[in-house]
Amino acid sequence: MEATARIERADAIVVTGVGAVTPLGVGARTLHERWCAGECGIADGEGACTDFDAGDFLSAKEARRADRFTQLAIAACDEALADAGWARERGRGADELPYDRERVGCVLGTGIGGIRTLVDGQDTLRERGAQFVSPLSVPLMMSNAGAGALSMRHGLRGPSFAVSSACASGAHAIGSALRMLQSGEADAAVAGGSEAGLTPLARAAFGALDALSQTGVSRPFDARRDGFVMGEGAAVIVLERERAARARGARVIGRVRGYGASSDAHHLTAPREDGEGQAAAMRAALADAGVAVERIDYVNAHGTSTPLNDRAETHAIKLALGEHARRIPVSSTKSAIGHLLGAAGAVEAVATLLALRDRIAPPTLGLSEPEAGLDLDYVPGAARPLAPGGHRAAGGGSATDGERQPVLALSNSFGFGGHNAVLCLEAP
Amino acid sequence: MSTAVTTEQVEKVVTESLATFGADPDQITPDATFEALDIDSLDLAELSQIVHEQFGVELKGSDVAEVKSVDDAVQLIASRL
Repeated sequence: MEATARIERADAIVVTGVGAVTPLGVGARTLHERWCAGECGIADGEGACTDFDAGDFLSAKEARRADRFTQLAIAACDEALADAGWARERGRGADELPYDRERVGCVLGTGIGGIRTLVDGQDTLRERGAQFVSPLSVPLMMSNAGAGALSMRHGLRGPSFAVSSACASGAHAIGSALRMLQSGEADAAVAGGSEAGLTPLARAAFGALDALSQTGVSRPFDARRDGFVMGEGAAVIVLERERAARARGARVIGRVRGYGASSDAHHLTAPREDGEGQAAAMRAALADAGVAVERIDYVNAHGTSTPLNDRAETHAIKLALGEHARRIPVSSTKSAIGHLLGAAGAVEAVATLLALRDRIAPPTLGLSEPEAGLDLDYVPGAARPLAPGGHRAAGGGSATDGERQPVLALSNSFGFGGHNAVLCLEAP
Repeated sequence: MSTAVTTEQVEKVVTESLATFGADPDQITPDATFEALDIDSLDLAELSQIVHEQFGVELKGSDVAEVKSVDDAVQLIASRL
């Protein structure tokens, strides 16, 4: 038994399915293709999932039993399971799983949970009285409602729970699922993040913190950046052990090679200016993956477009990667969709995996005047091919002939509270 | 709702509520069981709230637990009017 566990731990953890609902549309590939084409999903200063219609995925009964953050997660999960070949078609519960249901876990990150339900309940309480507050309030607003809904919809009976670390939730969720498989607690897992916080309360609350962009433009690393643009959405990935995935003939999209997390222990909202806390998570992810700094080909930055984050994160990337930081592209998904808060880490992991697979360095949109000192290669304006090894060829290395080498990236996520989570992702 | 609430009125409110909860309107008949309509304890908690608002009838969880069909619910509510 112990020997088996050791073998399982050594087995790589692969991604066999991805799904996403974002301000660029419904679908993981829609996100990837539109971002790489330089399209922006932000309108009127927000990243709303205007293409999403819950009725496409849920019955009337299912829809009224789910806050919007859960609805988005369900749609992303349906896509991911169909992509992995776990469900026959999108929009249906998985009726046959390739694993024992007791051995399939589910981890969903969210920053806030069902804030719309909470606000509606408060309005009802104030306007009509306590006896009119809906009995569905708690089951819809609780932050684990999304994880519970995915588990019930697809009969996933392994461990399931929510993780919450503000804007790092999605990355922490994937990291937690990775550990679940590595420890032998589960044989497969569904993991991701979801957020649907576009409410007057959240706007006012983030606005009071001076965190939101007054211009409504997301332009990470640009000298004119003035805060983040709030968005909503969800992403879910399917994780399996490589040996089992290949044995069932699954298509492998990529691997979650490593995961690292740290805490700034510094301030409730501001990152450490020197980036040391964030760099610690990046180093931990590299160490967990067992790869040298030089193997990293791309960094998907947290890149919020706030003055503080983009400065601290640039320091962090330089601290963690050293001279190599200047040889590889670094870009921000938030330039195209805004900040999806608790969903961001999962959405960006999906975007990173698909970019690696297609050997593309996606762009940082809206960036034309980098701030002094923010001097990494942020891929301003337009995507370009991602060469394995980044700019290494120019530095004396050589791209290998013949055999296609895997490419690797770090995906950074940092949350209020000083929570840092970094994923090391690989595509063949 | 004033003095004369009829059983028909109760039935109408119950039927409309169940449809709102997502039950197939064509299947909502007096004999239909909640199990067949996929109506569960959360729906019945909502129904209790509506019934209280419309008719001033208070149903406890223990009352509702005994209710298995549409007609069971209508009769229980009507008996408390």
